[in-house]
Amino acid sequence: MTVRVTMRHRLGSFLLDLSFALDHPGITALFGPSGAGKSTVINAVAGLVRPHRGRIEINGATVFDSEAKVYIPPRRRNVGYVFQDARLFPHLSVRRNLLYGWRRAARRASDKDIRDLVALLGLESLLDRRPVSLSGGERQRVAIGRALLKSPDILLLDEPLAGLDRKRRDEILPYLARLRDRYGIPMLYVSHDIDEVARLADQVQIIDNGRIVASGPVSEVFTRLDLFPLTGRFEAGTVIDARIVAHDDGYGLTRLHFDGGTLTVPRVDAETGALVRVRVRAQDIVIALSRPDAISANNVLAATITDLRVDPETYADVQLSCGGARLVARITRQSLDRLALEVGKKVFAVIKSVTIIR
Amino acid sequence: MILSEAEVTALLLSLRVAGVAVAMALPPAVLVALALAHGRFPGKTIVNGIVHLPLVMPPVVVGYILLVTLGTRAPLGGWLYDTFGIRFVFSWTGAALASAIVTFPLQVRAIRLSLEAVDPGLRDAAETLGAGPIDRLFSLTLPLALPGVIAGAITAFAASLGEFGAIITFVSNIPGETRTLPLAIYTAIQSPGGEAMAARLAALSIALAFAGLILSELASRRVKRMVGR
Repeated sequence: MTVRVTMRHRLGSFLLDLSFALDHPGITALFGPSGAGKSTVINAVAGLVRPHRGRIEINGATVFDSEAKVYIPPRRRNVGYVFQDARLFPHLSVRRNLLYGWRRAARRASDKDIRDLVALLGLESLLDRRPVSLSGGERQRVAIGRALLKSPDILLLDEPLAGLDRKRRDEILPYLARLRDRYGIPMLYVSHDIDEVARLADQVQIIDNGRIVASGPVSEVFTRLDLFPLTGRFEAGTVIDARIVAHDDGYGLTRLHFDGGTLTVPRVDAETGALVRVRVRAQDIVIALSRPDAISANNVLAATITDLRVDPETYADVQLSCGGARLVARITRQSLDRLALEVGKKVFAVIKSVTIIR
Repeated sequence: MILSEAEVTALLLSLRVAGVAVAMALPPAVLVALALAHGRFPGKTIVNGIVHLPLVMPPVVVGYILLVTLGTRAPLGGWLYDTFGIRFVFSWTGAALASAIVTFPLQVRAIRLSLEAVDPGLRDAAETLGAGPIDRLFSLTLPLALPGVIAGAITAFAASLGEFGAIITFVSNIPGETRTLPLAIYTAIQSPGGEAMAARLAALSIALAFAGLILSELASRRVKRMVGR
């Protein structure tokens, strides 16, 4: 699965000029502040927007090329689209909404596949309802099912959770994660919410002011100090993908292994060997010059300072490398000077708390 | 209220004329409303003006124009009569045609408004789900515009029941053929001793108009529920 996009598009005085390729399976987030041009990009991939210039390829097929005058309309591009506002058809039941794209698909999912998807999205009891009687979260689940039943090559999601409150959002995120794990369908996910991106995405393209400013795996991009003005340090912290190596039922703990060492976290409800993603907030990391012994924190990792970013006011961000993983710690400028921290210095990262996010 | 045979005839004729008028005008009204709501073409303002003209023109003028174009001695009317044996003048079908033209703008207006109220985002969604333009029209746009179509049809029906000027000018006032309720009321007022009949028919007209309004309201409520608005 590959998507290649090169486009130039002018919207009033705003110029969108970018180029990127997605060749990873899983979820790629198109992340950036509101008004950065994210929706225009995803609409161009879907065919709802024709860029003034450029070329778009989905799975090797050119669906748009301004030079060669190629424009394949949305209905003939094999993409599923989930809109921010769900856009369910109000005159049709949930069942008929779900089957709208399926009826028109070139290759139709089997009855069994339909039942599986309906079960996975928890829609069984809603099938005969009308969209008007559904909650925002339910509507979005139906919209996701409707787009998937078209059997698309790629699922495009335009801020599908933006209109929902925190509670509903938390209710849908696991469904999206399950879809990714179960069907392996690639998703291009537009979001301005770093928390969503950190929890869901594998790869991220950061877009700002009409340009791609960074791209790569989530764990790498979100620890880049130079991107902090865009990624917003506090919400993100660090994301580490780790594997469960053992459970300690006596103490209710689980041991995780990752590139940079071992983490001990509260009992995780998953099999040994499973992959989990943990988040460490920047303010939950304490930096020590020597390995502290008498300390209540379970996790102390040897690390090397790889980057520093000092605020004019009180704080400084310290990027640490632990093996292949990267962490970001936020400490005061005073501590920075007191410990004489600089790039290349070997330190210990004391992690006060870890959150499992998937 | 006991109606005489002539009164029952006028009532049934009115209902038939109005029903046929609505049915005749509906398909072109949908097409014109679609063109005005979604189409982009030069001269749209002029088309819009022509469509609405019968609403502001004296109905007598509509009847007159019909008479000079479709009368049996007019070129078009003569040709229709000679070739197909179709004759509108002095016939209830002519009354229906006159009513259809006068009430056409009412239908176009109602349908156009409800077409414009359909969220264009839904059409994008349907497009990404594989529906082409004609498919979207029948699976999405028209069903969602149904409340407007029904409201327009009922309003046009009620207005047709009251049409006087265009009918009497075009097809005259022939009992049992073109004498609808308003024409029967007019005739009764003109004839000595017809006051009671005129009063009965007037009461009947008011009752019909009222029933039409109630029906329109109920229908649009029901349809709105059906289309989930």
